[in-house]
Amino acid sequence: MSEQVTLDQPEDTAPEPAKDGASGAGAGGGETLLEVSGLQKYFPIHGGFIVKRRVGDVRAVDGVDFSIAAGESLGMVGESGCGKSTTGRLVTRLLEPTGGKITYAGQDITHRSRKELAPIRSEIQMIFQDPYASLNPRQTVGSIVSAPMEINDINPSGGREKRVRELLEIVGLNPEHYNRFPHEFSGGQRQRIGVARALALDPKLIVADEPVSALDVSIQAQVVNLLQRVQKELGIAFLFIAHDLAIVRHFSQRIAVMYLGKIVEIGDRASIYERPRHPYTHALLSAAPEADPDDDGRERIRLAGDVPSPINPPSGCRFRTRCWKAQDKCATEEPPLVQIGGNVAGHLTACHFPEEPTITARKEDIVLDPALAAIEEAAEETP
Amino acid sequence: MTSPSQAATNADSLTPEPAAGSGGPDAKGTPALAGRTPRQLAWLRFKRDRVGIICAIVVVFFILVAAAAPLISALYGKNAYDLYGQDDGLLNSYGLPIAPNGGISGQHWFGIEPQLGRDVFMLLVYGIRTSLLIALAVTVLAVGVGVLFGLTQGYLGGRTDYFMGRFSDFMLSFPQQLFFIAFSPVAISLFVGVGDPESWWVRPLVLIGVQFLLGWMSIGRLVRAQVLSLREREFVEAARISGASSWRIIRKELLPNIWSTILVQSTLMLPVFVTAEAGLSFLGVGILPPTPDWGLMFQTGATFYKSDITFMFFPGIAMVIFVVAFNLLGDSVRDALDPKTLR
Repeated sequence: MSEQVTLDQPEDTAPEPAKDGASGAGAGGGETLLEVSGLQKYFPIHGGFIVKRRVGDVRAVDGVDFSIAAGESLGMVGESGCGKSTTGRLVTRLLEPTGGKITYAGQDITHRSRKELAPIRSEIQMIFQDPYASLNPRQTVGSIVSAPMEINDINPSGGREKRVRELLEIVGLNPEHYNRFPHEFSGGQRQRIGVARALALDPKLIVADEPVSALDVSIQAQVVNLLQRVQKELGIAFLFIAHDLAIVRHFSQRIAVMYLGKIVEIGDRASIYERPRHPYTHALLSAAPEADPDDDGRERIRLAGDVPSPINPPSGCRFRTRCWKAQDKCATEEPPLVQIGGNVAGHLTACHFPEEPTITARKEDIVLDPALAAIEEAAEETP
Repeated sequence: MTSPSQAATNADSLTPEPAAGSGGPDAKGTPALAGRTPRQLAWLRFKRDRVGIICAIVVVFFILVAAAAPLISALYGKNAYDLYGQDDGLLNSYGLPIAPNGGISGQHWFGIEPQLGRDVFMLLVYGIRTSLLIALAVTVLAVGVGVLFGLTQGYLGGRTDYFMGRFSDFMLSFPQQLFFIAFSPVAISLFVGVGDPESWWVRPLVLIGVQFLLGWMSIGRLVRAQVLSLREREFVEAARISGASSWRIIRKELLPNIWSTILVQSTLMLPVFVTAEAGLSFLGVGILPPTPDWGLMFQTGATFYKSDITFMFFPGIAMVIFVVAFNLLGDSVRDALDPKTLR
């Protein structure tokens, strides 16, 4: 992925801001389109014999705050099971939040019903992970893409069919494919159909839930570039959920790093990738494969163990069980998500003992797994 | 659904016969861009299944015979109620046909019935009509209710699913044949008072009723399982994000995907109901004489099989052909609709 091309912050993206009462400026410039504060989603666990009762919760998302400005792309990264997708589904209101608040263009949409959501349905759309499951195999491309218009009773000038053909052309498909069925397309083409469907209602915000992770690497680039073109040309804000750091870096101006249902660090692209402060961000970045295998200029951090269970998360800082800097304070006091001295505005970190803002190699690699450490040591001794 | 590679190979191998999908939406597109609906693909696969085609012809033949029974009667010049054997003196003093082979002749193609002396061919044609109509009514009712039940159960989920599921388990736990035999007289007595003459519609109605009562659960469970897996699919979420109502999701997203299951299950259910109806009539709790009926013919045949085996022959062979053809047709339809099924 060509990172250098897009590393500069595209400042010209924010188009017409939301007109009706946007509530202040977001961190990335432009008007705040979506504001999420203290968002929680607990999935209840039922147990017990005969009489079912609630024995606990899976705290998939546990107090998440972020905002997205109009036309901006916020990347959300984290390992599997950290609550990224749940956050996306909460924002699109496919799931009912347990707590917190979601504000879209100044309107509180946290607990709106389907009917009440109708006016903003057309403005928040979603692109799904699995292009094979996200298109109804019994409908033609035409009816899949025009369904959102049908549901919301939108009649574009020239008719829906003309609009669908336009959309197919925008996403790089042949408009003549109108009458074809999903099974006649490849994975990349299907994902393009998914993008066309998401664009059908002229949305202002698209939640892309790992839109390329189910695709071939060669196709990933095409689809990401398509999304980027859509974002820039149509000025659509994105909540881009992914676990591929390179793709998020390519696509998003701001990045949020999630760990076990919480955002541990959020900031603009350069801050997160060049000057990370949270130990988890350091570990995550060091785990991403580098295109140049001889490049030894980066730090190496090997975490041990698994992510703790979201049913019973650790007290205080959730990362402390795997952190090499953890102290007593981390267990008792939960670190707030704040701007740490030396960070640029908008770069927030939730850590009591932040790391140095650099990703260059340390004197000694951090290897927490004793077995792995022994292997590495042995490997170093043998010439 | 088809995997893309499969679909691609299908499409490739099928393009040499462009006339096949002419009814499709590819009216103005170039042949290269002709989209084939899953239904068209299924039809193409079905056409290559020789057994399926033969069975379909047989089944259609039976249905045509049943539908055209009065026409056949007019052409043949006999009906199912006249006692030709007694009137024309074709029965001996024991009530058996005088002529060999059950009285087969140019006049009576399949012979004549022992005792009453009705024409066997007409009896069979009208018997098929009675049995098929009852079985068809049961199938339509059972499929309708079963699909509705399964859809509700699968789509709503949770507690509703649990209680509806237990109810359908409860219905499934009845021993079917025993219940039919025990309950049919009770049901009939609900409609007919003591000593009153029974109207013609009571028996068919009761037969349809009791069979439907214990017949809808299997398809309900199938549909529930399908809906459970379908409703978690992302295309349903996509519809929900666009603001689609539950009704629209069921109608546009879920139902089209379970049609094939419904179709296959119905074609497998119908012959079961036909045999069940015949069985009940045979046991004497179904249709009563003199109404011509498949099961009643077996009953008469069983009484006289020692002296007149021919009478058992025609309804027996017809029933075997019908049930086998219908079952094989169901298999073929399933194979055609689901290309992943390999036998």
